[in-house]
Amino acid sequence: MIPLGHYLFVSAVLFAIGTAGVFLRRNLITILLSVEIMLNAVNLSFVAFGRQLGTVDGQIIVFFVMTVAAAEAAVGLAIVIALFRHRESLNPDAFTSLKW
Amino acid sequence: MPETLVFYLLSAIAIGASALVIGQRNPMYSVLLLIASFGALAGLYIQLQAPFVAVAQIIIYAGAIMVLFLFVVMLLNAPQEDAAEWDRTHPLRRPTISRFGGLLAALLVVQLAWALLSARGVEAPVGAGAVADTGSVRALGRVLFSEYVFAFEATSVLILVAMLGAVVLARREGES
Repeated sequence: MIPLGHYLFVSAVLFAIGTAGVFLRRNLITILLSVEIMLNAVNLSFVAFGRQLGTVDGQIIVFFVMTVAAAEAAVGLAIVIALFRHRESLNPDAFTSLKW
Repeated sequence: MPETLVFYLLSAIAIGASALVIGQRNPMYSVLLLIASFGALAGLYIQLQAPFVAVAQIIIYAGAIMVLFLFVVMLLNAPQEDAAEWDRTHPLRRPTISRFGGLLAALLVVQLAWALLSARGVEAPVGAGAVADTGSVRALGRVLFSEYVFAFEATSVLILVAMLGAVVLARREGES
């Protein structure tokens, strides 16, 4: 049997990787992918805690997180497409002005 | 112990693939590597006796969300991060600010390590005293449609709004 702490460690490492991606990368699509990594890290924590406590609530929260992630990806990618049409760039620093 | 070995293998795949996602310059490779990472996470969910979450992970994340990302990457066809002139002279590129960002990142790592080291009771094996029925879809569905039924319905409205928003945002201007 694997200790709970090991799952939490994997989750923490994945969350740190996702955070680093959001801060370090200069590409809107990679930043959205990093957000997905962070959401998945939290999902792993939820499922591990739910298994530890013997309830299904952790899995249900994961279900809702997945749904919200799907909605977020759809809207985020639509915004990326609209921005790319304006500037021909995916660099977030290119979109510092509120109006052009 | 094969179970422990599988856990470490899947964790290594998940962490390594996620790290490579951040390291790639081509978004296409990033998306494909993230699918591998999600597959390894689905294996971890199966080890945690959560088969519904594992299957939903494969179908929703690897099957739907990542395909959406792949479509956008191929549609935009801008594989390389461009280093334009305004990129190098941008105010966020000043050394003071980037050092502050590095400090915040180090602080996050320190906090996570502190939280993991000071946590009590994490050495117990997962699911040692758990009830047997937490993994079945029947138990999941019963709680989902009784206790969480309002959140479930609200989620359906959220998806509808997200769909409308995506259509409106991605529409070309001038069409109406």
